Amino acid sequence: MILDLSSSRDLLLALLPELVLTAWSLVLLLLIAWRHRTAADLRLAGCVTLAALASTAGAVWWLWWHAARAAPTPLAAMIAVDDFRFVTDWLFLGAAALTVLLSFNYLEREQLLIPEYHALIVFATLGMMLMGGGDDLIVVFLGLELLSVSVYVLAGINRKSAAGAEAAFKYFLLGAFASGFLLYGIALVYGATGTTGLRAIAAQVGAGAGGGGGGGTMLAIGLALLLIGFGFKVAAVPFHMWVPDVYDGSPTPVTAYMASGVKAAAFAALFRVLGEAFSAVAAWHEIVWWLAVATMVVGNLIALAQRAVKRMLAYSSVAHAGYLLVAVAAGPGPGSAAFLFYLVAYTLMTLGAFALLAAKGRQGERDVLIDDLAGLATRHPWLAFALAVCMLSLLGFPGTAGFIGKWYILAAATSAGQGGLAAALVLTSVISAGYYLPVIMAMYMKPEPSAEAHVGMRLGRLGYAVVTVCVAGLLFFGVRPNRLLDLARTGGVAGPPAPEAIPAAPAVSAAHAPTAR
Amino acid sequence: MYARWVLTALLVWPAVAAVAILIAPPRWAKHLGFVASLIEFAIAVPLWWTFVPSGGMQFVCDAPWIQVPLFGTGAPWSIHYTVGVDGISLFMVLLTTLLVPLSVLGSYSYITTRERAYYALLLVLTSGMIGVFVALDLFLFYVMWEVMLIPMYFIIGVWGGDSRLYAAIKFFIYTMFGSLLMLVAILALVYLVGQRTGIFSFDYFHLMRNLGDLGPLAFWLFAAFFLAFAIKVPMFPFHTWLPDAHVEAPTAGSVILAGILLKMGTYGFLRFAVPFFPAVALAPPVETAIVALSLVGILYGGLVAMVQPDFKKLIAYSSVAHLGFVMLGIWALTLQSVQGALLVMINHGISTGALFFLVGMIYERRHSRLIAAYGGIARVVPLFAAILTFVSLSSIGLPGTNGFVGEFLVLVGAFRTHPVAAGIAATGVIVAAAYLLWALQRVIFNPLDKPENEKLPDLTPRELAVLLPLVACIVWIGVYPKPILDRMEPAARQFIESVRPPGPTATAIAP
Repeated sequence: MILDLSSSRDLLLALLPELVLTAWSLVLLLLIAWRHRTAADLRLAGCVTLAALASTAGAVWWLWWHAARAAPTPLAAMIAVDDFRFVTDWLFLGAAALTVLLSFNYLEREQLLIPEYHALIVFATLGMMLMGGGDDLIVVFLGLELLSVSVYVLAGINRKSAAGAEAAFKYFLLGAFASGFLLYGIALVYGATGTTGLRAIAAQVGAGAGGGGGGGTMLAIGLALLLIGFGFKVAAVPFHMWVPDVYDGSPTPVTAYMASGVKAAAFAALFRVLGEAFSAVAAWHEIVWWLAVATMVVGNLIALAQRAVKRMLAYSSVAHAGYLLVAVAAGPGPGSAAFLFYLVAYTLMTLGAFALLAAKGRQGERDVLIDDLAGLATRHPWLAFALAVCMLSLLGFPGTAGFIGKWYILAAATSAGQGGLAAALVLTSVISAGYYLPVIMAMYMKPEPSAEAHVGMRLGRLGYAVVTVCVAGLLFFGVRPNRLLDLARTGGVAGPPAPEAIPAAPAVSAAHAPTAR
Repeated sequence: MYARWVLTALLVWPAVAAVAILIAPPRWAKHLGFVASLIEFAIAVPLWWTFVPSGGMQFVCDAPWIQVPLFGTGAPWSIHYTVGVDGISLFMVLLTTLLVPLSVLGSYSYITTRERAYYALLLVLTSGMIGVFVALDLFLFYVMWEVMLIPMYFIIGVWGGDSRLYAAIKFFIYTMFGSLLMLVAILALVYLVGQRTGIFSFDYFHLMRNLGDLGPLAFWLFAAFFLAFAIKVPMFPFHTWLPDAHVEAPTAGSVILAGILLKMGTYGFLRFAVPFFPAVALAPPVETAIVALSLVGILYGGLVAMVQPDFKKLIAYSSVAHLGFVMLGIWALTLQSVQGALLVMINHGISTGALFFLVGMIYERRHSRLIAAYGGIARVVPLFAAILTFVSLSSIGLPGTNGFVGEFLVLVGAFRTHPVAAGIAATGVIVAAAYLLWALQRVIFNPLDKPENEKLPDLTPRELAVLLPLVACIVWIGVYPKPILDRMEPAARQFIESVRPPGPTATAIAP
């Protein structure tokens, strides 16, 4: 299906998923305005949110099934219509749905009877979809702002918690700062090329219009500012300082959402911008190279020193940002498929780990130390097993999706001639064994400190569902990744326009289920 | 039928049995584990007769696993499930399936907590070990290589001694460090060969055939493989995880660590590192360095073993020395030395396995591994003393036992290419005699001066059932090793030819 984005009918079709989600968000707001007092209202809002996410995933699927593509129009399109967008959309929607499922129990337990929570999740997801699909720097920026503002509020949604307020404030200040960088970068790029459309920028850069004299410098500075802005959002070192406090202070489901969905969205936008608009500019490769190495080394080393599980996971998410940056550095060709696969695996394992942490903790989980998990295996063998699988997958151990993802990134890096980055990745992965294994060790090899140590641990039926989906997905894709690899590959062509990317769709139709659900 | 499915059955059966153990009532766990591992052995035994010595890779089973055109080129990266054995891996498989039931039987009274998990992990470990030895696809090999880490990590960490956590994590991180670099090397290899041939395959023979000249990159790829395998062997500077892991592991864990896991390193050299990069492996500086490290391992391992107060640690260090012989045998590259190296691999599994069992048995009685805690116990436990003496003599390499045949072949073979090294290695045999005989003297002879030792019970029938098969193997290989040597000779010859083309061999080895 070829969509001519200059006609409004086709443009609306191309925007179908976003429109569906927006409509649902209005319904949700209306509903919340009437019913916002009891736990039942909260559950209702949650169910509506799930329906919204599911129908949006359906809309994405409809576009994907018809192999929707944008007609090559001379006008710069605002929104991309390609498989990269569809796959990332499923990822965002899946992460959001798992987060909502996780929140039912959590919000009631922590007495956060605020149905707006769900509305904010929907808005944030909408922002992510615009970031993953935006074909214009302005659209990307709008999506980013929509996402960020929603998540600032989500981080501080627990008004009774001082840590939550601190997290929200810190996130807001630094996030606003990063947005400023990003916006200024966009302005400079516009100054150098006269456009904000990604493809138009690529054409300008390719034609050398931005090059030569002042234009070249301006473009370079603009690109650098863009990288700084995105660096904040993906939590790359040295722009990661906000991560531990924000992750630590936010409610755990929100942290899970930030670590999986928000990060994935920022990466998707970064990937699209770099791959589509600036693939002809050589300068960013080296910058991303250094960012990746610094992020992997620093993230892993600091995570090694953490005693609290949540902070450890926060720094581990920094480290994983480094692994993803390796895929970015490998370039749009081989890198993007590896990048997509790893995002899926990473989302599953992070959500699973945070879901289990949410079950263990009380009052914001600031105090769950790794040693507090001691003896969990004897008391809750299945939960311990699930957490062990998540840890091994984060470590990149064979048999889990984390391994296939890491392997894919390594393959992409080696085939892009980045052997040094690949070596850095594996060496820092070894460091990460030093903090993932102690979790397993505590659960299985240390005795329970007292008989009541794990009494309060409750996951709830929906929490179990989330964990089961995550663990089953991790194990399944660890052994049988074929379909997902295929999907990532066809979706992974975000580089310069590639006509061969129209896939034979039907054979792959069953593959996306776990992420879309 | 048997030829096609036997290896798959060997891989799958323990995993299935492990699940069964987890479901069954806890009091059945050890019996189920024993029966399952016996069945595994029974599946493997016919390999001995159906194996055709000159047949190259046999019992091959091949099925596509992951096939995705990863990067733009359109050529799929094909990962297969490919398994097969030749004269090198056959014995490793047989040794594994022999040691596992004995380990299970030897754990009956040692393991008293979480029995289901223990026996299930032991069986999963069996799957992983078999997988490493039969994998003919480098991806499968890597996966198996790593998968086997987890059960061992748990076995050490949950059922081990006092500082088990430290030993477990050290073991894990050392091994993972080496193997991840190997993963990068494998990927680079597949990519380089794929670029040249258009086929991105992890298949062992495809890579072997099409490697060609890799130029200076070959050195780094070899280095990555070398590191992974040298840590596992362990060669001299990479050996520090071994004493910790061996000492802290429960008896069966030590037996399997020493008996099988260490062999994966030398197996890796024989199967992958040396045949892939013969030019690097035989380049004079590399060769000299590795031979020197092997010699250091032999002497250093022996000397450090001599001063150990802890019997288990003594045996652990003796492993470093024995594996030094294997490395020397591989690098000496003569038919005798390679066959000898293979034989030492088997012998070390049997003799050292038996020694670890014996130390475990006496530890269960007396709860001390210190040599100084014993003395004169031959009078109390004559059967134990007799078997310990016999096994120690085989470990030393007394003629008539298996140890002699292996080390003798290595020395004879090495003498032709590396006379000086062989001379130095021979003194290692003397050192081995010194530390083991001295330990024997302090444990079972000397005056019986400690009252705690006067009431020690002798070996039970179950313990005899664990030890006697090993003793039988010691005698058999010591007296009549021909059937084994016959089966491994073509593979050893092929290994040498793949490394050093047949023509100039005769002249090249005379310095």
